[in-house]
Amino acid sequence: MASKKHEYQLLELQYKLAPVYFLAPALILFSIFVIYPIFQTIWISFHEWSGFGPLKWVGIENYKTLFSDSRFYMSLKNNILWLLFMMLAPVIGLTIALFLNQQIRGMKLIKSLFFFPFVINLVVVGLVFSWFYNPDLGLLAELFKLVGLKPIPVLADENLATFGVIFAGLWPQTAYCMILYITGLTSVSPTLIEAGRIDGASGRQMLFHVILPQLRPATIIALTVTVIGALRSFDLIAIMTAGGPWGSSYVLAYHMYDEALFNFKMGYGASIAVVLFLIMTVFIYFFLKNIIKEEK
Amino acid sequence: MFPTPIQRRSVSVRLIYKISLFLVLAFWLLPLIAVISTSIRPGSDISAGNYWGIPSSFAFLENYSEVFNPQRSPMLRYFVNSALITVPAVLVSIFISAMAGFALAIYPFKGRIALYAMFIAGNFIPFQVLMIPVRTMFVNLGLFDTIFGLALFHTAFQTGFATFFLRNFIAELPFSLIESARVEGATEVRIFFTIMIPLLRPALASLGVLLFTFIWNDFFWALTLVQSDKARPITFGLSALKGQWLISYNLIAAGAVVAALPSLLVFFVLQKQFIQGLSFGGVKE
Repeated sequence: MASKKHEYQLLELQYKLAPVYFLAPALILFSIFVIYPIFQTIWISFHEWSGFGPLKWVGIENYKTLFSDSRFYMSLKNNILWLLFMMLAPVIGLTIALFLNQQIRGMKLIKSLFFFPFVINLVVVGLVFSWFYNPDLGLLAELFKLVGLKPIPVLADENLATFGVIFAGLWPQTAYCMILYITGLTSVSPTLIEAGRIDGASGRQMLFHVILPQLRPATIIALTVTVIGALRSFDLIAIMTAGGPWGSSYVLAYHMYDEALFNFKMGYGASIAVVLFLIMTVFIYFFLKNIIKEEK
Repeated sequence: MFPTPIQRRSVSVRLIYKISLFLVLAFWLLPLIAVISTSIRPGSDISAGNYWGIPSSFAFLENYSEVFNPQRSPMLRYFVNSALITVPAVLVSIFISAMAGFALAIYPFKGRIALYAMFIAGNFIPFQVLMIPVRTMFVNLGLFDTIFGLALFHTAFQTGFATFFLRNFIAELPFSLIESARVEGATEVRIFFTIMIPLLRPALASLGVLLFTFIWNDFFWALTLVQSDKARPITFGLSALKGQWLISYNLIAAGAVVAALPSLLVFFVLQKQFIQGLSFGGVKE
C-alpha cells in the first residue's frame, strides 16, 4: 500500500515539474545567448570600452556623440529608405502570385523556380548584383550601351549606392512575400469569388473587396518579415559596398559593426545597437500585442 | 479562382499568357542564369571580356574541380565546416524547442504567456544588437573561432523561432490523447516521446528545412565570430575568396553555385515541407 502511495507521489511530482525540465534547455540557451546580451548591450552603451580591460562609465556621453555624428544620421536615413522601398516586396510579390495563380501544366515547377531567390544566401545575391552593376562588364552597362548611354557605376555613386543595394535586397524579399501570397491564395473562398463574378464585379473591385481582405493574414506576415528584413539589412551592404562610397550606404547595423570591431569603440557601437533595438521594439510591441490578445 | 482561370479565355490569350510566363521567369532568374553560365566559362573567355556571349568552350569540370581542389582553394574545407555547423545546430535546436513548445502549449503554469512572448520577441530583434556581448563572451569562453561555438550560437538563436513555431503546432493538437495516456499512468517524458514526437513529425520536417536554410545562409555571425579558415563556413569563405580570386569570375561563380546548392537542393526536394513551414510558422528569423 505504501509503495503504491509512493509511486503516486512520484507521478504527481514529475507532472508538476514537467514545465521546468521541458523548458530548461531551451530557456537556458536562449537566455544566455539572446536575452542576456540585449541587456548587456544596453549596459555597455553607457560606457567607454575598447573591448579589453575594464569598462569606464560615461553616462549618456555615447548617445550625445550619436546625435552629432553625421554617419549616424546617414545610417538612420538609409534604414528608413530600406524600410520604405522594401515595402515594394509585398506589392510585387502579390502581383507575381496573382500572375501565377493559374492551373496549367508545369505550374508547380514554375512556382518553385520563382521561389528560388528566397533560398539563396545573400553573399551569392550580393555577388551577382555587384556584377550586374559593374560599369565595365555588367549587364546593366550592356543595356546602357545598347541605348547609346554611358554606363553609370551605381555602387560607386554616393546618391545611388543604397538604392542599388536595396534593389538587390528586393529580389529575395519579393520571392518570400510571393510564397506567402501563393499559399494565401489557395485558401481564398471560391464561392465568394463566384458570387462576385455573378454580381458583375470588375477585376479591380474583386481584388480590393474580395481577394485582399481574405489575404489579410498573409499581408500581416509579409509586412512583418519585410520590416524585420529591412532593419536587419547588413549582409548585402558588407558584400556589395562595404558601406561606401564615403559611407553613403551605411545602415545602423553596419555602422555598429564598423565602430565596434574596427574602431574599437564598443561602447559607442552598443549605443547604435540600442537605437536599432528601440526601433524594432516599436514593431515587436504591436506584433506581440496582437498575439497576446489572441492567447487570452 | 482569381484571376479568371486561363482555361476560360480565348486561345490567343492563353498563348500570350504562356509566352509572358516564360519571359517573366527568365527575367526573374536572370541573376541565377548569369552566375551559372559564368561558372562554366573558361578563364580565357573572362579575360577576353566574353561575359555574356556564347562560351568559347565548356569548362564545367575545370572550374568546379579547381574550386574543390584542397591544394588550390579552401572551398571544400568551408563546405565541410558549414555542414558541421548547420546539421547539429538544426537537430539540437529542433529537439530542445519541441520540448519547450510542448511545455508552453500543454501545461497551464503561471507566466507561460510571458515566456512565449519572450521567445517571439527575442526572435524578432535585429540580431546585430547581440554582437558585442556575444563576441566578448565567445572570446572569454574560448568559443571564438570554433565550429562548436558557431553551432552553439545558432542553436540558441533559432530556439526562439523554433519554439514559437512548435508551440503553435502543438496547441492545435487534440489534448485528449495526452489526457488518456496520463490516466493510464504514463509519465510526462513518456508522453512526449511516444505521443508528441510522432504527431509532430510533419512540423519537425518543415521546421528542419527552414532552419537548415537560415543557418546555412548565415553570414553575419560567421563574419563576427570566426576569423580563420578552420571554422569559416562557406558564406564567409566565398566572400573571402572573392578577394583572392579577384577577377577569376568563372571561379567565383562556381564557388557561388556550390555555396547556394545545398539550400536550393533541400528546398527543391522538400518543397512541400518548406512551404508548409513558412505558411505555418509565418515569421522567418
